[in-house]
Amino acid sequence: MIFALMLVPLLTSGVAYAVPSNRWRPWLLPAGSLAHLVLVGYALWGPPLSELSGWLMLDPLGKLVLGLISVVFFLCSTYAPGYLALRSERSNRFFCACLLAALSMMTLVTVSHHLGLMWVAMEATTLACAPLLYFNHNPRSLEATWKYLLVGSVGIALALFGSFFLAYSSLHAAFVLLLVGYGTKMGLAPMHTWKPDAYGEAPGMVGALLAGGVTSCAFLAVLRFYQICHAAGEAEFAREFLIFMGLFSMAVAAVFMVRQRDFKRMLAYSSVEHMGILVLGIGIGGLATFGALLHLIANGLTKGVKFLSAANIHRAYDSKSTEDVTGAIRRLPLSGSLFLAGFLAITGSPPGGPFLSEFTILNGAVSNGEFVVAGLYLLLLATVFIGMGATVLKVVQGLPSEQASVTDFHDGFVTGAPILMFAGLVVMLGVYIPPPLETLLRDAVQFLEAHP
Amino acid sequence: MTHWIDPILVVVLLLNFVTLGASHLRTVIRAVATQGVLLGVMMLFAHSSITLRLCGLAGASIILKGIVLPRMLSYAMREVSIRREIEPHIGFIASLLLGAIGTGLAVVFGRTLPLAQEHLALLLVPASLATAWTGFLVLATRLKAISQVLGYLILENGIFIFGLLLLEAMPFLVEMGVLLDLFVGIFVMGIIIHHISREFSSVNTQILSALKEEP
Repeated sequence: MIFALMLVPLLTSGVAYAVPSNRWRPWLLPAGSLAHLVLVGYALWGPPLSELSGWLMLDPLGKLVLGLISVVFFLCSTYAPGYLALRSERSNRFFCACLLAALSMMTLVTVSHHLGLMWVAMEATTLACAPLLYFNHNPRSLEATWKYLLVGSVGIALALFGSFFLAYSSLHAAFVLLLVGYGTKMGLAPMHTWKPDAYGEAPGMVGALLAGGVTSCAFLAVLRFYQICHAAGEAEFAREFLIFMGLFSMAVAAVFMVRQRDFKRMLAYSSVEHMGILVLGIGIGGLATFGALLHLIANGLTKGVKFLSAANIHRAYDSKSTEDVTGAIRRLPLSGSLFLAGFLAITGSPPGGPFLSEFTILNGAVSNGEFVVAGLYLLLLATVFIGMGATVLKVVQGLPSEQASVTDFHDGFVTGAPILMFAGLVVMLGVYIPPPLETLLRDAVQFLEAHP
Repeated sequence: MTHWIDPILVVVLLLNFVTLGASHLRTVIRAVATQGVLLGVMMLFAHSSITLRLCGLAGASIILKGIVLPRMLSYAMREVSIRREIEPHIGFIASLLLGAIGTGLAVVFGRTLPLAQEHLALLLVPASLATAWTGFLVLATRLKAISQVLGYLILENGIFIFGLLLLEAMPFLVEMGVLLDLFVGIFVMGIIIHHISREFSSVNTQILSALKEEP
C-alpha cells in the first residue's frame, strides 16, 4: 500500500514523459493525483501501514502532512491543464514529469521512518522541483533556479551533517545543524534568500506547491527532530531555539513586505512569515502545538488561493509590479476578489482557517505565560497585515491600468474553479473542523509530545 | 588496518589546500576527484572486516566521485570554455589562510565532541569539519558556477568523512540513495550551467543579480 502511494505518481510521471502530445499530457496530472488522493484517503483512515520492517511507516504526523500535500497537489493539478493550454508554445514534458516525480518524493518524505531515507527523499524533492522553476526559460527564472539549487543543496547537505551528528548522539549540535538545514528548505529567515526569487519567477501553481507542499515536508522533518529532542528530555533547548527562529522569520518577512512592489515576491515573504509561525507554535508548546499543526493545513490551503489567483493576475497583466497592475477586481472579477479574500484569510481575518490557527497559537502563548512572545507575535502579525494590505489593495483597487489590455486573458472555469475549491476549504476550516481531521490533529499532537 | 586512515586523511587535508590555492579549474577538478577516490579507498580501511556490501559501496563511490562527476565537470568546463577562476571575492592567499585557520579550529573542536573510544585517536572528525569548511569557502568566494559546484562536492566529501564513523549504523539503501542524489544533483547543476552560459554567454555568477529587492 505504501509502495502504491509512491509508485502511482512515479509511474504516471514516466507515462507523462513518454506521451508525445503536448495537448493531452497535462491531463495526466489530475488523473495521477486523483488516484493518489484516493489511495491517501484509504491510507489515512484504513488499517495502520508499515513496510520494509518499519522503515516506511505512516504515523500520525506523516498522515497529516501526506493528507495536506495530496489535497494541495490535486487542486493545483486541476489548475494545470487550463494553465498549460495557455502556454502551448512550450513543451510541458519535463514540467509534467517533474511535478509527478516531486509528488512521489514528497510522499516518500512523509512515510520515511529512517532519518537517512528521509534526507534522501527531501533532496530528491529539491532536485525534482528545480526544472519546475525553470519552466519560463528566461534569464530571470534561470537565476532563480540556480540560487534555489545551490542554496537548497547546501542547506540539505548541512541537514545530512546534522543527521550524522544525531546518530553520533551529539544532540545539541545536531539540532542546530538540522534546523538550519531543513530550515533552509522551509525558508526560515535568515536562510530564506532563495524564496523570493524562486516564488517570484516560478509559475503560480509551482509556487503554491512549494509553499503548501515542499515546505510542509521540510517542516515535518523539523518536527521529527523536535520529537527526538522531546523524547530525550531536551525539549527546553529546542523550544527556545524554535521560538527565536520563528519570531526572527516573522520580523524579516514583515520588514521586506512593507512597500513591496512585486506581488509575487510579497507572497514569498508571506510564506517566510508563516513558516516562522509554524516553528513558533511548536516552540511555545501546549495548546500552541495544536495551533501550529492546524496552521500547517490552513496555511497550505490558503497559499493555494493566493498563488493561483496571483498567477491569473500576472497572466492577464503580463507584469507583477504594482506600478503596472491596478484595478484587478474590475479586470478579473473572480481572481481579483479571491486575491483580496486570500490576503484577508492569510493575515488572520475571520472566517478563514488561518484565523483559528493563529488565534490558537496566541492563546497557547498567553496561557503558557509567554507574554513577551505573545506581544511580539501580535505586533509582527499587525505589521505584516498593514504591509501586505498596502500592496494587495494597490493591485485590486482602482481603475485597470493601460497594462490591463496587453493580453486577452479572462477568468474562466478551468483557471477559476480550483481557486474557488481552495477558498471553500479555507473558509470551512475557519468555521468547522471536520471530526476526522480533528482526530488526525489530536493524534498528531499526542504523537509529537509522547514520552517513550 | 586503521593505521592507514590517518595518512590518507592528511593527503585529503592537503588536497583541500590545493583546491583553495589553485586558479586553474582543471587542477581543482583533479584534486576533488583524487579526494573522492581516496575517501572511497578509506572506506575499506575503516572497517574491521571487508564485506561484499562494503566493496559495493566503496566501488560505487569511487566510480562516481573519481570518474563520473569529474568527467561531467570537465565536459561542462570545455563546453563553456572556462579554464581559470580569475578574481574570486577573497584572493587565493587569503582563502588559503582562512582554510588553515579553519583546519586548526576543526582540530580543537573535534576534541570537544563526545566520540566513541575507537575513533578518538583518529583524525576523522577534524578532517571532516575542515573539509566541509573548505567546501564552504570555495562555494562562497568563487565566482564561476563550476567552482561553486566543486565547492559543493568538497562539502559533500567532508560530510562523507563523518559518515565513515557511522558506516555500521547507516543502511546500504540510504548510502546508495545519498550517492544517487549527489549524482542527479550535479547532473542538474551541469544542465543549468549549460543554460546559463548559453543565455548570458558567461558563467560568472555575478551576472546573476537581476533578482533583488528594489530600493
